[in-house]
Amino acid sequence: MLRYTLLRILGAIPTLLLVIALAFLMVHAAPGGPFDAERRLPPEVEANIAAKYHLDEPLPKQFARYLGGLLQGDLGPSYRYRDRTVSELIGSAFPNSLRIGALAILFALLVGISSGTYAALRQGTLTDRFVMGLSMTGISIPVFVIAPVLVLLFAVKLQWLPAGWTSTESVSRYVLPVITLALPQIAYIARLTRASMIDVLGRDFVRTARAQGLGTLRVVRVHALKPALLPVLSYMGPAIAGIITGSVVVEEIFGISGVGQQFVRGALNRDYTLVLGVVVFYATLIVAFNLIVDILYAVIDPRVRYR
Amino acid sequence: MSLLDVTGLTIRYGNNTVVDGVNLFVERGESVGLVGESGSGKSQSAMAILGLLSAGAEVSGSIEFDGRQVLGADERWLDTLRARRIGIVFQDPMQALNPYLRVGIQLRQVLLAHGLADARSADARVTEMLARVGLPDPQRQFRAYPHELSGGMRQRVMIASALIAEPDLLIADEPTTALDVTVQAQILDLLEDIRDNTALLLITHDLGIVAGHCEHMIVLEKGRVAEAGPTTSVFASPRHEHTQTLLSAALRVDRGAAPEPVDGRTLLAVDEASVRYRERGGAALEAVNDVSFALRQGETVAVVGESGSGKSSLVRAVLGLVPMASGKVVYAGEPLEGPVQHRARAQRRDLQLVFQDPASALNPQMRVQTIVEEPLLVHERGMPSNERLGRVTAILAKVGLSDAFLRRFPHELSGGQAQRVAIARALVLEPRVLVCDEAVAALDGSVRKQVLELLRNVQDETGLSIIFISHDLAVVRSISHRVLVMYAGRLVEAASNEQIFSTPLHPYTKALIDSVPVPDPVVAPKAAPVRGETPSLLNPPPGCVFHPRCPRVDDTCSVERPRLRDSGGTRVACHYPLDN
Repeated sequence: MLRYTLLRILGAIPTLLLVIALAFLMVHAAPGGPFDAERRLPPEVEANIAAKYHLDEPLPKQFARYLGGLLQGDLGPSYRYRDRTVSELIGSAFPNSLRIGALAILFALLVGISSGTYAALRQGTLTDRFVMGLSMTGISIPVFVIAPVLVLLFAVKLQWLPAGWTSTESVSRYVLPVITLALPQIAYIARLTRASMIDVLGRDFVRTARAQGLGTLRVVRVHALKPALLPVLSYMGPAIAGIITGSVVVEEIFGISGVGQQFVRGALNRDYTLVLGVVVFYATLIVAFNLIVDILYAVIDPRVRYR
Repeated sequence: MSLLDVTGLTIRYGNNTVVDGVNLFVERGESVGLVGESGSGKSQSAMAILGLLSAGAEVSGSIEFDGRQVLGADERWLDTLRARRIGIVFQDPMQALNPYLRVGIQLRQVLLAHGLADARSADARVTEMLARVGLPDPQRQFRAYPHELSGGMRQRVMIASALIAEPDLLIADEPTTALDVTVQAQILDLLEDIRDNTALLLITHDLGIVAGHCEHMIVLEKGRVAEAGPTTSVFASPRHEHTQTLLSAALRVDRGAAPEPVDGRTLLAVDEASVRYRERGGAALEAVNDVSFALRQGETVAVVGESGSGKSSLVRAVLGLVPMASGKVVYAGEPLEGPVQHRARAQRRDLQLVFQDPASALNPQMRVQTIVEEPLLVHERGMPSNERLGRVTAILAKVGLSDAFLRRFPHELSGGQAQRVAIARALVLEPRVLVCDEAVAALDGSVRKQVLELLRNVQDETGLSIIFISHDLAVVRSISHRVLVMYAGRLVEAASNEQIFSTPLHPYTKALIDSVPVPDPVVAPKAAPVRGETPSLLNPPPGCVFHPRCPRVDDTCSVERPRLRDSGGTRVACHYPLDN
């Protein structure tokens, strides 16, 4: 198991390097520079700026410098906010995205898995169709529709909850963004769980467990749940990385200063180091969560360790 | 009052009646065999007794267990019946055990669910039970996952799980069908030893198992009871036609006339063939080690062995389907080498193959006509289509299928019909060598008999040579002229049919023969002749590969590898061959 884990971690390093290199190249291939403006700067000033940010160096050298910084957690200076580094910008935005994202994930897993399992146990009944119909609706409605509707209903009409990201720390400001983020996930997880639970419930070892008189609850809890959650687990790896780094749409609509918002601003302001920083940050999280998923897979399915 | 009293049990799925008015009794402590071919409704009946039929099944009749009605009973009560009063062992323990849970945990759940032990005392009882079913080092095996155990050990765990709650009735549904024959003998012994006063309902297609292990037997045919009675009297004087058919199709390993030896010229000679597979991580697996044999014109050579013996790898290497690590093959005076796609067309044409499972060997999207004429399209490109059709209908007629089958798809065929189509496809090119890889293993007894007769007839007519790979010694006895016995990748004995079965020289050959259940209640079943299971080929034992299981083992055997040597017409690799 330890060997497996170490091998997986080693295997993740080249993937990460490749993603960083690609992102770096793409940002540098973008036309126009970060300091191009309407009015052309005098050449000596341009040269000075280029020298300050090492933009005059050959690309491989810049890349090496960037990697060196990365190893120390330094994502470089922001081109726009002259006195701040990219690490600082992401560092200040990430806690907001993380808190909302984590809550949304927990909520989605809880509701998604239980409703999916429930539907699987009542496969073909009205309850099943109702739950599945509801979740199909959840998948079909885009976030930019759900969010305004929720705001309209709970903030404007009923006035139970704040419409945006209030500056004071309160539980109520989390509710709408978390639900908005969680709804499509609930729907997707419920469908995944249902399909794989139905598959597992039809397997021979579940028949054995039934023949042993374990009762439905024990059959599901002890025998069926773990294998049925494997597809959910593989989905959750990249999904978690995506959710906790902040949804661009949700953060814009609720006015939350999170990583997603940083990314949009970076792109609009041609703040290339910020864009690159967010991409690298996101990629690292994706690789990390996929790694965790791989390891959890081996924990759940002992046969994986031998492959 | 019977322990189990089933009357008029009928099970329907829509318009399809799978069990039709079955009556069945099991008294306390007795053993009853439920026999039938595939689709006779034996497993469905067992599932109904446990209340485990799927929701789509319409069930009627009566199932009384210990005086209480099972049909229509509520789930809560059924759960107290399952495992606690009625234990069940399923066919394939690899599927029937949960691959995600340690075996000890799975057994422990049975005790906990029925309130037979608390969390602290459960583990000790599980370990004790694992020891009783013969798992070595039960404390360690408690923590093993099913895939870490051998097939036989897995089935022992399954039996432990069925008996740990001390039920009154044990249902065993084809408990040994997925196992090797020497392991089957061990598991049957175990069932016999361990069940004490637990009644046994043994579901099987194998009349040999019923003859040796059941006091009463019930013969099912297409969902109906054809015949029921004490095993000895059913075998001695079967009254129902279906029972007679089954009994006459049951092959015996202990008697039968050996086919006359064939004196043709050598057609195919295999010289010191070896096959190695490279495992992940670089370890080499020696699947076949220096095997030599010859096949004469018009002769059937059987290659027998248990799983992992290398019998399939050997012939696949001969056919060029897997690479041969060393050795050579001469066919009709010409070397036969390289992968099959690089071989001369005529050589490919002359050697044809029939697989075990016709359902997966035939393309489900092709009609029978297309399947059988495909080889002609490759090898007889210029043949006009009406002539081709003539060849196809002629070969189908030869395997006993009428023109009506031309337009059918594989799923519209029974198992026996599908295997006939597979054989027709192999024979349409008039090959000189036919390789049958477990070609009758998936067939019911009565169909198997017909297919074997078909092969014999084709051989008589055309002088076809057959390499017949099989794990079933009774079949081998009935069809082959000569027999090669393989074990762990090595040829351990080669002799004529007559010699192998009357005077086996290698202890393994004798063990194989003695392990086969004889379909005759007069013949007392022999105790399992050898312990243990086939060794891992990644790490074969030193010296003689069979020595860890051999009853005649001595110091030399674990050190020195026995060479194959001649002994009165038999080739045998053993330091201490049997003297019969």
